[in-house]
Amino acid sequence: MDIFLQQLINGLTLGSVYAVVALGYTMVYGIIQLINFAHGEVVMIGGMVALWTIGALAGSAGLPPTVVVLAGVASAVPVCMLLGWSIERAAYRPLRGAPRLAPLITAIGISIILQNVALMIFSRNPLPFPQILPNPVFEVAGATISLVQIIIIATCLLLMGGLTLLVYRTRLGMAMRATSENPAVAGLMGIPIDRVISTTFVIGAGLGAVAGVLNGLYYGIVHYTFGAMLGLKAFCAAVLGGIGNMAGAMLGGILLGVVEALGTGYIGEMTDLCHVGFLSTALAERCARDGHVVLFGSNYQDVFAFLVLIVVLVFRPSGLLGERVSDRA
Amino acid sequence: MSTPLLDVLGVVKRFGGLTALAEVSLTIGRGEIYGLIGPNGAGKTTLFNVLTGLYVPDAGEVRLDDAPLPLKQPHRVVRAGVARTFQNIRLFANMTALENVMVGRHLRTRAGVFGAMLRTAATRAEEKAIAERAHALLHYVGVERHSNVIARNLSYGDQRRLEIARALATEPRLLALDEPAAGMNPTERLALGQLVGRIRADGTTVLLIEHDVKLVMGLCDRVAVLDYGKRIAEGAPREVQRDPAVIAAYLGVEAAHAA
Amino acid sequence: MADALSALFRRRGTKPWVGLALLAGVLLILPFMLAQAGTTWVRVTNLTILFALLALGLNIVVGFAGLLDLGYIAFYAVGAYAYALLASPHFGLHLPFWVILPMGALLACAAGVLLGAPTLKLRGDYLAIVTLGFGEIVRIFMNNLSQPFNVTNGPQGVTLIDPFRIGTFSFAKPETLLGLSFSGPIKYYYLLLVVMVVVIAVNLRLEDSRIGRAWMAIREDELAAKAVGIDTRNVKLLAFAMGASFGGIAGGMFAAMQGFVSPESFGLVESIMVLAMVVLGGMGNVWGVVLGAALLTFVPELLRHTVEPLQKGVLGRVVIEPEVIRMLLFGAALVLMMRFRPAGLFPSRARKREFAAGRGPEVP
Repeated sequence: MDIFLQQLINGLTLGSVYAVVALGYTMVYGIIQLINFAHGEVVMIGGMVALWTIGALAGSAGLPPTVVVLAGVASAVPVCMLLGWSIERAAYRPLRGAPRLAPLITAIGISIILQNVALMIFSRNPLPFPQILPNPVFEVAGATISLVQIIIIATCLLLMGGLTLLVYRTRLGMAMRATSENPAVAGLMGIPIDRVISTTFVIGAGLGAVAGVLNGLYYGIVHYTFGAMLGLKAFCAAVLGGIGNMAGAMLGGILLGVVEALGTGYIGEMTDLCHVGFLSTALAERCARDGHVVLFGSNYQDVFAFLVLIVVLVFRPSGLLGERVSDRA
Repeated sequence: MSTPLLDVLGVVKRFGGLTALAEVSLTIGRGEIYGLIGPNGAGKTTLFNVLTGLYVPDAGEVRLDDAPLPLKQPHRVVRAGVARTFQNIRLFANMTALENVMVGRHLRTRAGVFGAMLRTAATRAEEKAIAERAHALLHYVGVERHSNVIARNLSYGDQRRLEIARALATEPRLLALDEPAAGMNPTERLALGQLVGRIRADGTTVLLIEHDVKLVMGLCDRVAVLDYGKRIAEGAPREVQRDPAVIAAYLGVEAAHAA
Repeated sequence: MADALSALFRRRGTKPWVGLALLAGVLLILPFMLAQAGTTWVRVTNLTILFALLALGLNIVVGFAGLLDLGYIAFYAVGAYAYALLASPHFGLHLPFWVILPMGALLACAAGVLLGAPTLKLRGDYLAIVTLGFGEIVRIFMNNLSQPFNVTNGPQGVTLIDPFRIGTFSFAKPETLLGLSFSGPIKYYYLLLVVMVVVIAVNLRLEDSRIGRAWMAIREDELAAKAVGIDTRNVKLLAFAMGASFGGIAGGMFAAMQGFVSPESFGLVESIMVLAMVVLGGMGNVWGVVLGAALLTFVPELLRHTVEPLQKGVLGRVVIEPEVIRMLLFGAALVLMMRFRPAGLFPSRARKREFAAGRGPEVP
C-alpha cells in the first residue's frame, strides 16, 4: 500500500473539514476582528444534534439512510444557526467597542459553558455516531478511498463554492465585504451593520454544523470535547491561510489536513533512532531487539497544527494569502 | 545654519505603488527650530515616521550627529536622541500625568526586576530622581497642577503639553513635534510657541510639522516644503514663502504664474 | 476594600497596623480552625493559596503587561515535573527542594523566554492562541514522553515524590509542638503562607516600579511605549519570564504537596481556571486576584460538599455533577464579569479607568 497517497487522501478529507470550520473563524474575524473561540463548540453541538436525529430516525421507519443523514444535517444546521446568532447577540455585541481582550475572554467563557452544557445533555462518554451510510471502499493506485471520504470532500467543496458565490455575487455578500472593509463607512452607506454581523455568525455556524456532522460520519464517534480541538486546528488553518481571507481559510484548511496526515504518517519513521543506531551500542542492541526505537510516534498528531501555527505567526503573520498589515502611526 | 545635527539623505518610502517619499534630503542644524510644511498628503508624517523608526525606508539613510540612526528599531532611535509626539495624541490614557512622564524616564534609568523586588537603596534613589525629574518637566510645560490627573481627563491643550513633557523626559537631542498646535485656540497657540522657543533656548533642537503658517513663520529658523513626497524648497521662512514652486503647490500652478 | 488592603500593605508604620495584625492573627490560627471541620479543608486552603500564587504570576502577564496567556499552566507543569523527576524514585534522584525549586523556576523561565521571544511581537489575540497551542504541546509531550525512553511516565504520572525536607524535619509528617498538633497539611499551610506573602510583596513592588510602569505603558499603548524608548519586546519578555518563574515555583510546591503529578492536572481547563481568577478579581489588582483565587477554589469546593448531597436528597440521584457546576461557574464568571464588571470585582484603579473609557487606543 502506498503510504504517501493514502495519507494524502486522508489529509484531504481531514483538511476539507478543517477548511469548512476555518471559514467560520475567518468570516467572523474578517468582519469584526474577533477570534470566535466558541465556534468549535458550535461545531460540536452540530455533531451532537445530528447524532440525536439520526439515532432517532435510523431505528424506526424504513427510511433510506441518505435521507436519515440529510435529516440529521437539516436538524443540526438550524440549531447551530440559532446558537451562533444568540452567542453573537448575548456575548459579543454588548462588548463591541470594549478593549480587545474583553470579547476574547467572553468567548472562552462561552466555550466552557457550551462544553459543559453538552456534557450534561449528551454524555461524559464518547458516543458512537451511527454509521448508516453504505461505505464501500475504492482502490486508487495502491491506496484506498471510502465513499464517506468522497462525500466529505465533495460536500466541503460544494459549501466552499456556494459561500464564495454568496460573498462575491450577492447583495448580502457585498454588504459583508463592505462591513469588513470599514464598518463605520458601511454604516453611513446605509448597510445595516448589526444585521450583517449577525448573518455572518449565522452562516459560519451553519457551515460549522455541517462540518460537525461530517466529522461524526468520518470518525464514527462524537465526544463533548471534540469541537475544542477541531476548532483550534481550524483556527490554525485560518491563520495559515491568512485570517480574514476566505480563499486563505480553504487553502489553509486543506494544507493543514495534508500536513497533519503526512506528518503523522512519516514522523515515526523519521524519528526512528535506529537510523543513527551506530551512535551507541545500547541503542544498537535495542534496535536489534525491537526493530524500531521511535522518538516521536503518531501520538504526536495534535502537535503539528500548533507547530504550523507558531511557525506561520513567527515568519509570516499575515498568512499565505493575507495582506501584509503594517503598523501606522 | 549652525553645524548639522540631523541629515536626511535620499530617503525613499513606498506603499505599494504609491511613492510617499521620493529621495527626500534635508539637514537640520543644531539648535534650530526647523519647520516641515506642505499640503495634506505631501508625506510630512511619513517622513516623521521614518525619522522616528516607525517606518523602515526603502532607501536612504538618516544620520544624527554623523552617526546612522538605527531606523528599524524605534526604541533605539529614541535612545540615540530623537523623541517625538503624535499628531493624534498618544498618551498612556489611563495613567496619571506624572506617571506618563515617569514612563518617559524609562530609557535613561536602569532599575530592573531584582532592584524593584528588593527595593535596594540604589533603586529607591533612582525612583526618587525619576519622580523629581517628572515633576520638574510637568512644571516646565505648565501641567504641574494636574500631575495626579488621569491623562485622558486633561484638556486638549494640556494633553499636547504633557506629550511634549513625556518626550522631553527621554532627553532628546532632537524633539520632533507632529502638528503640536492642531486644535488649539489662539491663546494656547501663543503659549505653545513660547514653550517651543524655550525648549530650543534650553538646548534642544526642534523639528516641527505645522499647518498654521503664522506659527511656522514666527517660530522657525528654516523650513522645508514637501509636495507629493518631494522636497520642493528649503530655506528661511520669508524666502520659502515667495518661492513660486511653493505657491504652486499650495494654490495651483496658475496662481503661481499670476504672482 | 481591596484598595484599603493595598494601602495597608504599602504604608507600613502608621495606623493600619491594627488591621494588619488582625489579618495576620486570623491567618495564623486559620488552619487549626479549619482542622476542626476536617483536614480536607486545610488541604483546600492550601490549594487555594497555591492557585493564588499561580494567579499572581499570571497577573503579571495579563494584568500588568496586558498579554493574554492561555497556556500559563504549562509553566506550572514545568515546575511540577522538574520537582517530580528530580525528587522521586522515578529516576532515583532525591535532590533537596531548595535546589530544585529555583531550578524549576529557572526552567519555567527559560520555557517562557523560548515561547515569548518569537511570539511576543504578535498582536494580543494571536498571542493568546499561540500560548494556548504551547500549553497543549507541553501536555501532549507529558503524555507521550514515556516512549521510547521513559521520561515522564506518560499518563500514569510520577508518584512517591519527596516532600519538602530540611535535615530530619519533613513537611509531610505530623508533629506536636507546644501542645499543638501540626499535621502535614498544616505545616505546608504555613510554608505556603510565607511564600504567598513574599509573592504579594514582590507583585506590589513590581507594580510600583520602573519596569511595572513600562508594562502598564505597553498595555495602554504599545506604539507610544516604543516612541518613548521602551524596548517593548524585551519588557514584554520580562513579564512573560517573571510570570513563568512564579508558575514554576508554584508547580514545584504542588508536586511536593501532592506527592504525585500527572498530565491531567495541567490541561487547558486549569489555564482557564487561573485566568478566570485573575479576571474575577480584577486584572492588575494584586488583592483582587488573591480574592478571586480564593473565591474560585473555595466556592466550587463548598458546592461539591453541598450540591451533591442536596441533589441526592431531593432528586434521589446526582443530576448535575459538581465538576460540571464548577466549570459552568468559571465560564459564567468570565462571561458575566466581562459583560457587567469588566474591571473585576476588585479592579485596579488604572484598569477601572480603562474599561470605563471603552476601547483603548489602537494602532489604526
